[in-house]
Amino acid sequence: MPTDVSNPQYYHKVVDCQWACPAHTNVPEYIRLIAQGRYTESYLLNRQSNVFPGILGRTCDRPCEPACRRGRVDGKPVAICRLKRVAADLRDDDIHEYLPPVPAQKNGKRVALVGAGPAALTVANDLMPLGYEVVIYEKNQRAGGLMRVNIPSFRLPAEVLDEETQIILDMGVDIRYGTPVTSMRSLLGEGYDAIFVGSGAPKGKELELPGRRETDQIFIGIEWLASVHFGHIEKIGERVLIIGVGNTAMDCCRTSRRLGGTDIKVIARRSRPYFKASPWELEDAEEEGVQIVENHSPKRFIVEQGKLVGMELDRLRWFEQNGKQKSQVIDSVVIPCDSVILAIGQDNAFPWLERDLGIDFDENGMPVVDKQTFASTKPGVFFGGDAAWGPENIIWAVEHGHQAAISIHNHCMGIPLTERPAYGMNLVSSKVGMHAWSYSNDYSPAPRSKMTHEELTKRFSKLSVEVELGFTPEQTVAEVERCLNCDIETHFTSNLCIECDACVDVCPVSCLTITQDGAEPELRTRLMAPALNLTQPLYVSEALPQTKRVMVKDEDVCLHCGLCAERCPTAAWDMREFDLLVPYAGRAVQMVTLARAEARRPVAAT
Amino acid sequence: MTSIQKPPVRHPSLQVNALGLTRRDYEGAMSTLCAGCGHDSVTAAIVQAFYELDVPPHRAAKMSGIGCSSKTTAYFMRQSHGFNSVHGRMPSVASGANAANRDLVYIGISGDGDSLSIGLGQLCHAIRRNVDMLYVLENNGVYGLTKGQFSASADVGSKSKRGEANVQRPIDPVLLALSLGATFVARGFSGDKTRLVPMLKAGLRHKGFALIDVISPCVSFNDHEGSTKSYRFTRENYHDVAPVDFVPLQREITAETEAGASVSVTMHDGSIVRFREVPSDYDPTDRDAAYAHVRARQERGEIVTGLLYIDEQSADMHETANTVARPLVDLPYESLCPGRAALDELMDEYR
Repeated sequence: MPTDVSNPQYYHKVVDCQWACPAHTNVPEYIRLIAQGRYTESYLLNRQSNVFPGILGRTCDRPCEPACRRGRVDGKPVAICRLKRVAADLRDDDIHEYLPPVPAQKNGKRVALVGAGPAALTVANDLMPLGYEVVIYEKNQRAGGLMRVNIPSFRLPAEVLDEETQIILDMGVDIRYGTPVTSMRSLLGEGYDAIFVGSGAPKGKELELPGRRETDQIFIGIEWLASVHFGHIEKIGERVLIIGVGNTAMDCCRTSRRLGGTDIKVIARRSRPYFKASPWELEDAEEEGVQIVENHSPKRFIVEQGKLVGMELDRLRWFEQNGKQKSQVIDSVVIPCDSVILAIGQDNAFPWLERDLGIDFDENGMPVVDKQTFASTKPGVFFGGDAAWGPENIIWAVEHGHQAAISIHNHCMGIPLTERPAYGMNLVSSKVGMHAWSYSNDYSPAPRSKMTHEELTKRFSKLSVEVELGFTPEQTVAEVERCLNCDIETHFTSNLCIECDACVDVCPVSCLTITQDGAEPELRTRLMAPALNLTQPLYVSEALPQTKRVMVKDEDVCLHCGLCAERCPTAAWDMREFDLLVPYAGRAVQMVTLARAEARRPVAAT
Repeated sequence: MTSIQKPPVRHPSLQVNALGLTRRDYEGAMSTLCAGCGHDSVTAAIVQAFYELDVPPHRAAKMSGIGCSSKTTAYFMRQSHGFNSVHGRMPSVASGANAANRDLVYIGISGDGDSLSIGLGQLCHAIRRNVDMLYVLENNGVYGLTKGQFSASADVGSKSKRGEANVQRPIDPVLLALSLGATFVARGFSGDKTRLVPMLKAGLRHKGFALIDVISPCVSFNDHEGSTKSYRFTRENYHDVAPVDFVPLQREITAETEAGASVSVTMHDGSIVRFREVPSDYDPTDRDAAYAHVRARQERGEIVTGLLYIDEQSADMHETANTVARPLVDLPYESLCPGRAALDELMDEYR
């Protein structure tokens, strides 16, 4: 069956990073803009989809990087996240004039947002240019939500956060600081046209073990981080145990290191491959002398005369039984400590939301939220970010915000919520001359650039000393060239093909095969190199003019080097820049037809 | 030309041969031929053949003359020996190299101009001597390098890019080789590697002179309507005598390759060439029948391809000349250059 490349999702999937990004950030294009020194444009392109490039360039969970094709080619993905920070660091200081204008004449619709975290700020960002009046209720004195109170300032400087949240607030958002919503009923009574709940998952999980209530030296991770942020806590014991091995645990152990902790151990129930923390956060913690203790399960807190002196832990052995991981206790050990921080997860909490308002909750106490529209069971009330389905990360919250904004706009304009604006694409030839392309098509064998870190003594001197120093210009230049430009698509026009095999012969990674058509599983086995990575699609052309065979391309490790197009005598292969047109609230994309630039074969003069 | 060199990255599931090398280890420099040139496909087929035969690249020698085709020796096996000779003189240089070092695998690449015009005499004598080499003649019917004049292999009536028809009779390298006593004669098509690769492998393993005439369209000057050597014309008019399988000595012969094999020829080194579905009126070991078959089909405007004739019994140049069994480079200096006394003794024999 010929592949339908007129559906934007086919070429979208080829751009692994963009496909993996919840907000579908156009990564290759922003990297090219950085390569050209067009930092502000790169920043704005980022901002269009992910809204907080400076924040995310430091703190993103980077789903794009494990997906990056470069990782399948030489083992290490492009440092996408750190390049995003380069654009944010080097952009023009004032970008207000490049942002969509906010109309002075409002559209008469009022929307209330609960919490000023990434999801709600994204909703405001999308709705303000459409003329909405947006009111944000925020319990703290600053915007940012968990980005502000839970991410330590040595990872995310306050100035970056201030700047990017302020850009949105400057659109004319009515933000009410120090105003927690205490009753949904009364908020509903204020006559808003729509309400968005983006209040996060603010409750850290408890660990009720013997001794838990006998000391004041046991803290709950996210609450403790918030207390440190507000300056309520300035010191911690010398010997600290962190229970749990997620990213919050990493923030806790590294913050402890800066508040007087010298002997810090992170206790994990399981072994390293099962850790929830991102590998790079683990690496950073270990660089700071934090010890990771694997396969230990907390048993009790040891409190002597009101003072915490240690923890008893079971040493576990893990094995597989009936396909499930099971543990067995080997023995128990005591690890002495002065403080313990619990970082074993977060729960949602809606103490302020009355349960008789028509907003349904499930048996786990979570609101019932539609996966596509983000609508609750009460028309006009929407949820997003961690408040919707529990803790995820910033980039997901941003995408929730975009989708919720579309729903709110539909709701206010009387359009059914399920009528979502369609994705579109532009597909334009990148050929700019004989064997000349509008992108850098050569393969750079450079290894992934390593982020330089502040030296240890300096970074421990003050909580707010940023650890990552950013890429040097040399590192930036090397790193942008590692990008394979997966959005410059190999576009094939089957009726131009003369089956000369030139593309098949020249392809460095044996992606192309001209062969008899067949069912995909079988077709995958008889390619130039068997296509064993089933997560990557095969492109199959229409029947070729001369032999009725088909052109098959295994997308897996295509380098987008353009050699197939350079070797093609009839321009059946062309390198075309794919631009995914992502719809946002009130800004439907204009579907552009495929740019037709088919070159004609030279014909004999008669 | 391409704007970049071929990136040194390969597909993770690319297979390795008995030497632990991938197909990519048999590649050479980036081709500077026109995009879509048939010669590049022939090059890729040669890469595949050497890779599949597990030939160590440093044990092969690539010989060529002048022309588009003769450039292609640079585009495969960058670690092999090579000699790019004067126009049309490759057969003599290859004969000399083979005389000195009989242990290397020789492959000569030539074109219809290099072989059938300026080098015709050279080719004929290499065939007569039965030099142990594979001679690939990349045949496109035009002088591509000088912008598309008819070559000696252009068919009568074939039109040039400007529309003039050729009137001179062509020299068919296959008929020429058959009439001169060549011991391995085949014709392939650059656009059909599934047939070309086994043919090349058999040719490389043949003991003696193996000629493969490969129809290799010139995409710039001879791939238009009216040409008889275009991709389209060749695809529509070529008739394969019988598909061949090359079965190397080491490999177990399976029932699958056995079935339908009507003729098989055991080669000098014990490997086997199997002809599948050979028509009843054809015998690839009968020179006269092969000649007649090619002629008859040619009269009907058809292009006969396949391994057309094979003779594994003939003596090659070394056997005929009764030369020393070892390459000269491996002989001790004393035997290679036995001194004045030995020379005098030899001279006396002629007095």
